[in-house]
Amino acid sequence: MCSMKTMGADTRVAQETAAAAAATRKQNINTIIQIAGMLPVLILICIGFEFATGKFLTGRNISIVMQQASINIVLATGLTFVILTGGIDLAVGSVLAVSAVTAVSMSLGSASALAIPAGLLVGLVMGALNGSLIAFFRLPAFIVTLGAMTAVRGLSRLAANDTTVFNAALPFAGIGNAQIFGVPWMVVIALAVVAVSWFVLRRTVLGVWIYGVGGNPDAARLSGIKVWAVLMFVYCTSGLLAGLAGIMSAARTLSANGAQLGMGYELDAIAAVILGGTSFVGGIGSIFGTLVGALIIAVLSNGLILMNVSEVWQLIIKGLVIVGAVALDRYRNKGSART
Amino acid sequence: MTATAFSAPTQDTRPPTLEMRGISKTFPGTKALSNVQLKAWGGEIQSLMGENGAGKSTLMKVLSGAYQADAGGQILIDGKVVDITNPHVAREHGISIIYQELSLLPNLSVAENIYFGREPSKGGMIDRRTMRESCRGVLQRLGATFGPETIVAQLSIAERQLVEIARALHSESKILVMDEPTTTLSSRETDRLFALMRQLRDEGLAIIYISHRMAEVYELSDRVSVLRDGTYVGTLEKDDISAEKLVKMMVGRDLSSFYKHDHQAKAGRARGQPMLAVEGVTDGGKRVHPASFTLYAGEVLGLAGLVGSGRTELARLIYGADPKAGGTVRIDGKEVNIRSPKDGLDAGITYLTEDRKHQGLFLDMSVKDNVNFSVIGRDASGGGVLNLRKAAERAKSSIADLKIRVASAAVGVGTLSGGNQQKVLLSRWLEAKPKVMILDEPTRGVDIGAKAEIYRIIDQLAQNGVAVLVISSELPEIMGICDRILVMREGHIEGEVGGSSGTPVTQEAIMALATGVQL
Repeated sequence: MCSMKTMGADTRVAQETAAAAAATRKQNINTIIQIAGMLPVLILICIGFEFATGKFLTGRNISIVMQQASINIVLATGLTFVILTGGIDLAVGSVLAVSAVTAVSMSLGSASALAIPAGLLVGLVMGALNGSLIAFFRLPAFIVTLGAMTAVRGLSRLAANDTTVFNAALPFAGIGNAQIFGVPWMVVIALAVVAVSWFVLRRTVLGVWIYGVGGNPDAARLSGIKVWAVLMFVYCTSGLLAGLAGIMSAARTLSANGAQLGMGYELDAIAAVILGGTSFVGGIGSIFGTLVGALIIAVLSNGLILMNVSEVWQLIIKGLVIVGAVALDRYRNKGSART
Repeated sequence: MTATAFSAPTQDTRPPTLEMRGISKTFPGTKALSNVQLKAWGGEIQSLMGENGAGKSTLMKVLSGAYQADAGGQILIDGKVVDITNPHVAREHGISIIYQELSLLPNLSVAENIYFGREPSKGGMIDRRTMRESCRGVLQRLGATFGPETIVAQLSIAERQLVEIARALHSESKILVMDEPTTTLSSRETDRLFALMRQLRDEGLAIIYISHRMAEVYELSDRVSVLRDGTYVGTLEKDDISAEKLVKMMVGRDLSSFYKHDHQAKAGRARGQPMLAVEGVTDGGKRVHPASFTLYAGEVLGLAGLVGSGRTELARLIYGADPKAGGTVRIDGKEVNIRSPKDGLDAGITYLTEDRKHQGLFLDMSVKDNVNFSVIGRDASGGGVLNLRKAAERAKSSIADLKIRVASAAVGVGTLSGGNQQKVLLSRWLEAKPKVMILDEPTRGVDIGAKAEIYRIIDQLAQNGVAVLVISSELPEIMGICDRILVMREGHIEGEVGGSSGTPVTQEAIMALATGVQL
């Protein structure tokens, strides 16, 4: 042991320390990019719209944007859990619909107090079904949830008798329309979901396991982690939050259309997650990023409407932003330490 | 015991088909090849031998253009210097390499594979008729029983090798390198392959044959060259080849000075109660036949054997990483039912993987998270809330104790050097406070300073009463740090050296058990 310390150990130490310092600098820059992520982009877009329209950055408009973003924030938060494990959940739009239909239908009957729990439960069960197929039968998440997207859509039409269920006296309408201290309940709920999710991911054992399972599932298993349990958790969470988003949506419109509600929502949610810097490979990403991503999408829609851009062009611009984000995702992965 | 002692004079006046001269290859931190030479003649089978990590594969990767050698070396084909800058150039010079892991595309047909990358076309369309007919000829020459349109996925491993050989012949290769082609073959398939190799040799091909198996090399070779630790040891001509000489050339004599134990001293190290008792553990005979051994507290037990002998597989069965088909495991006298790594960990076993990048580390996560990963559950308060203070402490003390060179515990582990990465992974298992610690190739890809550090830790663990099982392909290492050594061959524990076995710990004794050739 002494013998090898003689081989210019000091120079080697010095070299390694310098290399480590350089690596740390690079790491710090990467971390800053990752944490700040798209926030500068969001701010720039906001300022741009303010200059273009002069009425973007008003308290009222910001409240509207936040309210419009809230459902997507909730869906995208659930999806962040899933995508962090390297998975995907395409069924969230359909699950949102079936939960909304369930809640509205229940509210029309005698057990109307159970409307919200029932809606949430339906979402949770859908997530559990997806999760078990993926965790126990090892089926690809893309295929399982693609199938679920279609099947659950059928279910929601069935539950709604292929029409719109409507309740003018919806008991939980306040969730969608009332405010607390001037902040819409929708926004409060969405931000609460973000806060709790942040806590789970950053301050609990489960959170570390989720990142671990996404970053290296083999290593996670060999470290004594029950990978199946982690996968079950993320798909259940995604389902449950889709259910919550369904309740919010129903509360907003006092109704739910089994066929139309939530169509394409999964794409906006995925876009928000990607914009937020969460990698499709798994193991990299953050809830804060997802929040920013969802806000960018909402701000784009709102600002473009304020600028009287036609709906056609809104779609084109939103699409280009998403592709640009994927390009960024690629670039980020190339730049990271992954070898 | 210098190289020249074994290099027989080459009387052959023909110029070699292939000559590699003064080939060196440096990777960051290690010199994989140092001034290596190799010659191969048409119409001969030239074998290349050496222990795991001796540099055989690196040399062949230089030949195939997968690696670029350091400046100063030369490759000559038919006496002319060639510059092999990439695999394509190698192929144009008539070099074909058949790797252990075959490189065929299983969903395509035999003909499509043979022609892959140079499909004949007629008016912009792939000329399938030419492909079929020309492949049929080659396949017949090789005695294949399948046609050019068979989908490769339907073929056995032996048949797939035929397809690889057919591809080499079809592109008119002069030099055919076969890297351990028989590891996955049955003995009948091996015999057929050898007959074919002799046929191809007689047709004038220069064949370079890489194998661990002494008997095969003995049977086939016209010449054997031996590498050791990235250097060229020497070449034996056909009449000179003997198992004894080859083993001596392969293992050499130079025990590194820094394996600090000597066996007499260690025999006196206090050995405690049986900590791990393995009885009849097997995967059903696929890779591991029923294996039994006992590992004592305070002991460092080695598990030696060639790559593929079932060492890693046995360790994974014990830890619960792969399902057992039979056998029992007792920890500290109590039988434990281990069916997953979690069970293994709960029973007090840890397993350091040989493949830290793919099975060990979370490269995107911090040093802190990597160190704490398997114990955060134990440290957490109710509801699974992380104990951040405890995690920071563990990371800090690991960095200090193992001398991990890192600016802070928040640095991503993917940015560290191999040695520091290995220390991080080792810390994860040390933090779990195991009774039994399995270390699979603990110093692979690690610089010499980290190696010494890891040896020190192993020694310290044993002194603290931990039972340590070390798997290693480096003989000097395993001989240097272990109290006794079990040797595996083809899924069986073949025997034991050191300890109370009566067999002294020598490289020859281990190699004899590992290869099945008695000297």
